[in-house]
Amino acid sequence: MLSVTDLQKTYPSGDEALKGVSIDVTGSETVAMIGPSGAGKSTFIRCVNRLTEPSGGSVELDGVEVTALSSDDLREARRDMGMIFQEYNLVERLTVMENVLSGRLGYVSTWQAFRRNFPPEDVERAYEVLDRVGLADHENNRADELSGGQRQRVGIARAILQRPKILLVDEPTSSLDPETSKAVMDLLTEIAAEDDIPVLINIHEVDLAQEYAERIVGLRDGELVFEGTPDDLDETAKGQIYRGEEIPDVTTGAQQSATTDGDATEGATEEGEIRRG
Amino acid sequence: MTDYRTWERRTPRQRLVRFTLGLLTIVVAVVAWTLLDVNYSYLTSSPEEFMDLFNRMYPPNMTYSGEILSPLIETVHIAVLGTALAIVLSVPVALLGAANTTPNRASFLLGKFIISASRSVNVIIWALVFVIIFGSGALAGVLAIGLRSIGFCSKLIAEAIEEIDPGQVEAVKATGANSLESAIYAIMPQIKPAIVGVSTYRWDINVRSSTIIGFVGAGGIGVELNTAINTFQWQNVLTILIAILALVVFSEVVSAYLRRKVR
Amino acid sequence: MATEQTERREWTRPTAFYNHYVKWTVYLVITVFLLWSAWNMRISLDRMLQGWDAAVELLVGMFPPEFTPFKTDLLIEGMVESLAMSVIATIVGVIISIPIAFMAAENIAPRPIYWLGRGIITVSRAFHELIVAIILVKAVGIGPLAGVLALSYKTIGFFAKLLAEEIEDIDTGQMEATEATGANSIQTLLFGVVPQVMPRIVGLTIYRWDINIRHSTIVGIVGAGGIGATLLNAFDQYDYDFFMTIILAIIAVVMIGELVSTYVRGRIQ
Ligand SMILES: Nc1ncnc2c1ncn2[C@@H]1O[C@H](COP(=O)(O)OP(=O)(O)OP(=O)(O)O)[C@@H](O)[C@H]1O
Ligand SMILES: [Mg+2]
Repeated sequence: MLSVTDLQKTYPSGDEALKGVSIDVTGSETVAMIGPSGAGKSTFIRCVNRLTEPSGGSVELDGVEVTALSSDDLREARRDMGMIFQEYNLVERLTVMENVLSGRLGYVSTWQAFRRNFPPEDVERAYEVLDRVGLADHENNRADELSGGQRQRVGIARAILQRPKILLVDEPTSSLDPETSKAVMDLLTEIAAEDDIPVLINIHEVDLAQEYAERIVGLRDGELVFEGTPDDLDETAKGQIYRGEEIPDVTTGAQQSATTDGDATEGATEEGEIRRG
Repeated sequence: MTDYRTWERRTPRQRLVRFTLGLLTIVVAVVAWTLLDVNYSYLTSSPEEFMDLFNRMYPPNMTYSGEILSPLIETVHIAVLGTALAIVLSVPVALLGAANTTPNRASFLLGKFIISASRSVNVIIWALVFVIIFGSGALAGVLAIGLRSIGFCSKLIAEAIEEIDPGQVEAVKATGANSLESAIYAIMPQIKPAIVGVSTYRWDINVRSSTIIGFVGAGGIGVELNTAINTFQWQNVLTILIAILALVVFSEVVSAYLRRKVR
Repeated sequence: MATEQTERREWTRPTAFYNHYVKWTVYLVITVFLLWSAWNMRISLDRMLQGWDAAVELLVGMFPPEFTPFKTDLLIEGMVESLAMSVIATIVGVIISIPIAFMAAENIAPRPIYWLGRGIITVSRAFHELIVAIILVKAVGIGPLAGVLALSYKTIGFFAKLLAEEIEDIDTGQMEATEATGANSIQTLLFGVVPQVMPRIVGLTIYRWDINIRHSTIVGIVGAGGIGATLLNAFDQYDYDFFMTIILAIIAVVMIGELVSTYVRGRIQ
């Protein structure tokens, strides 16, 4: 289980991208994080595995406080977090197989890695995962020969091969067409269900979020302004997330933090504490 | 150079600047020419001398071609080893000299310093230095070629490193890979084409350089050429020149082929 | 996902060569060639140790650099001669190069002339400047004239090639417009082509001057004038202190030349 408490990030440029966000992701649930551009979604995901160093707050994964780890231990912790990127971030000039196997780099020695000498069970599993994501027989293609949808599948395969305890997904579909987007989302949620791992997913498309997620959190200006089921996400809630409209009364359920004015932070934090309790 | 282009309408100020620059060029040229103190009789007799020289060279001495085979091979050896040495040393220097991989400001400056120091000394001067240190022979040549090439190679490789896509490196790091592993998996593949391109290109240049370092005793065909010229064996000189030409064309073709081969 | 432990698939990285045997053969050949090359260098521990001592001696001898009035005069004299050579060679070379560049530009030169232009460029580029210089020394005698001729000759291949490429990239519309006014072909060149490439001519001239400064400092090693001759003298007389002083001076001049050239070319753009 992932539990994030009061996560803050201020970039050296002075941008306060996260102003204290707290979220728990448990079991094998799919949590979608929505919010307007610049809300801090990517920053949040990247702070969880510390690709971006958070400036405050804590991240805990299955009892390990990720934010307190030394760089050696952080590498070990990262093996448990599979990350999937908007721009796929495959190593373009390597083969599909090498990209997928790079999900095991945290487990093999540097010399083995250099020689592409992965344990046989890893190779076998890589074949299976490639099968699973629909890329059988593509193992020897170079990543730059694939289409966008295929690349994202390789990205998913790479993350899955880590046998992660959670999948962190940053806008997996915004470089893809609607059909491919759905296919990728189907794949992600199915795999998460099969492997029984939770998924935290940043997403622009609200309808995709509502279709696939079990829980939705809304981020605005680095603050958590919504939390609820897909059904809770009505027009008022959307207006609040995307346009910063105030809601006079709590109408969409107990789990919602409702304001964006001065004491919003306080409200959100209280809500967070209640939720965790 | 610029003074006779007065066909375009310009403001008086522009015209004045151009006129001054033109005048300056002429003055510098005249002063330079006077300083050189060239003996005009040499100048007027030079076409004659040149024809004479050519007549003495032609026809090339074919029987000599067997003898220059081994110095030609040595020339290639020097170029290959020198380039290999340069590439091996260039990768770490490039990592220092690239803004995104250098550990700190001091290491960055060190990288830049090595690059510019290597480039600002001509290969023949490097050769002289190494002949002093290791005595005459091909070893001095290899080191001269190698050190001269480090700057060139590191500079281009550093530029390639600065252009890599950081996303690919991040993705590999995010799987829990250590820095060396991410370098092998995410940085190397991205700079490999640059390394191959730079080394074949530099090898081509180095073949040319290897033909002349023999003038100062640093091995290769240049030793032969120097001896032939100093002993006035002009037909041998032409034979060597033809051989050098063939070698240079050969290396250019090979280098172009290799660069095309690596995508 | 139940795994059959018995039938594991294997994977080996596909190779850029035809198959793995070819790949290993190629690697083997390269390794053997490198070892053979290294063997020919006759590297021995003894030689390395001696070399180390010599290097230390050389470095220690460098400080302080030699600046006796006599040596300083030699240094300045040689350096001034080098610079003068670079100036004259650049001017002569560029003047000869410009018509050749027009000859070698595919878009304006008729076929036979184009090939002639390309031919001249290729011949000029074929040999290293020191080879050209050493032969010219025999033709016109020891001294800066040989150096100037050698550098001018090498300038042609460089300058005409780059300028020809520049001319090939010009906007032919302007050229045709000039032609349409009834201008003859020389006028077309002057009014339709030259204005477009003029800034490049100036830029390339300065760039080549920078290169010629570098070369003018070394052609003296084969007797073609300039500081190189002073350098070789110091080398021959085992005067390594002065030798190193000259090298430092050359580095300084070359670096200044490069800085100035980069600055001026930046300003022109
Ligand atoms: N490397 C950085 N340096 C400085 N500021 C940054 C950096 N990355 C992000 N920011 C700032 O942090 C804020 C949040 O950015 P972030 O990328 O997390 O938003 P996002 O919700 O992912 O937006 P999008 O939907 O456009 O991807 C923005 O104001 C952005 O300008
Ligand atoms: Mg984002």
